[in-house]
Amino acid sequence: MSLALTASDWSAMFLHFLTLSLLSVGGAVTTAPEMHRYLVSERVWLTDAQFSSGMALAQAAPGPNVLFVGLLGWNVGLNQGGYGWALLGLTITLGGMLIPSSLLMYMTASWGHRNRELRAVRAFKQGMAPIVVGLMVATAWLLSSAHTDAQRDGPLWALTVVAALLVWRTRIHLLWLLAAGAVLGALGGV
Amino acid sequence: MALQGFGGVVAIVQREMVDRKQWMTRQEFIEEWSVAQIMPGPNVINLSILMGNRYFGWRGSMVAVAGILTAPLLVLLTLAMLFSGISNLPMAQGALRGMGAVVAGLIAATGLRMIEGLRDNAMGPLVCTALGVGAFLLIALLRLPLAWAVLGLGSLACLWAWRQIGRVEARRQAKARR
Repeated sequence: MSLALTASDWSAMFLHFLTLSLLSVGGAVTTAPEMHRYLVSERVWLTDAQFSSGMALAQAAPGPNVLFVGLLGWNVGLNQGGYGWALLGLTITLGGMLIPSSLLMYMTASWGHRNRELRAVRAFKQGMAPIVVGLMVATAWLLSSAHTDAQRDGPLWALTVVAALLVWRTRIHLLWLLAAGAVLGALGGV
Repeated sequence: MALQGFGGVVAIVQREMVDRKQWMTRQEFIEEWSVAQIMPGPNVINLSILMGNRYFGWRGSMVAVAGILTAPLLVLLTLAMLFSGISNLPMAQGALRGMGAVVAGLIAATGLRMIEGLRDNAMGPLVCTALGVGAFLLIALLRLPLAWAVLGLGSLACLWAWRQIGRVEARRQAKARR
């Protein structure tokens, strides 16, 4: 895929991630479906495969999950051509994702702590909690439904369900599961 | 610290800050963590801002965020570059596909685990289920922008939670008076 993003495209992307930042209740992962909608479906700056492999790589690497956002921008830049663009993409997506929420957090740091028993704060927390659950499952759904070939992708779905059950019900370390998924995939099992 | 955290750094941060360095008590950590979770933004980044700010003001926040991001980011970019070198091999593509399927499962499980936390929710199990399913439908099946779920459904949910919390409290006070 090769792209030619204009300056206005880059700033549109920056603006989009700035707003996403403030919508990211429950962490960056809940905004993944929106990033997919924007980058893959609407703008066609990334392929489905690039999107899911970015998510997978970021999860397999150590560190905060939010870094997958930077990797998506990096890949958009690579589609444009060269590491310079990739760095620009990374700065735009990760910066956009982090700046508004960080400023808000910084400004409300002491307020939130003092008022955590306040009815409005509790209402926000309790009201949002079930929605965050729905968003997490939607993210998983979206990552899985990137595969559309039922014949070939049946085993992939099965792997997702098994991984979900293992993480949910056991304390098995995540790296083992990722390694198992990688081996199965490399050997053509899924 | 950041480099030790696979699939999330929070557990590591807690162990270092509370158990090893003893910069804060467990209670303080839980309180900061709950604030970091309520606010929009990545939880660990929010937590870094809170902790940095607590001891060193805005400079502390900047340093903490830079610290938690820099090394993992370099590792991730190295991995991505290494991978792009072999990304045409069917084996590498297969491996990443398998890992992607596991990641999807992991994210689903993280969501499902949070259901346990809904038990004490003032809105009750029925409304909570409806809200969770509603958010899923809006985003996963109808593919609507995130704002619909967070601002639309979210504000309805917060108003309802506000009302229900008020009711629960009124009932508790009535009981206390009796």
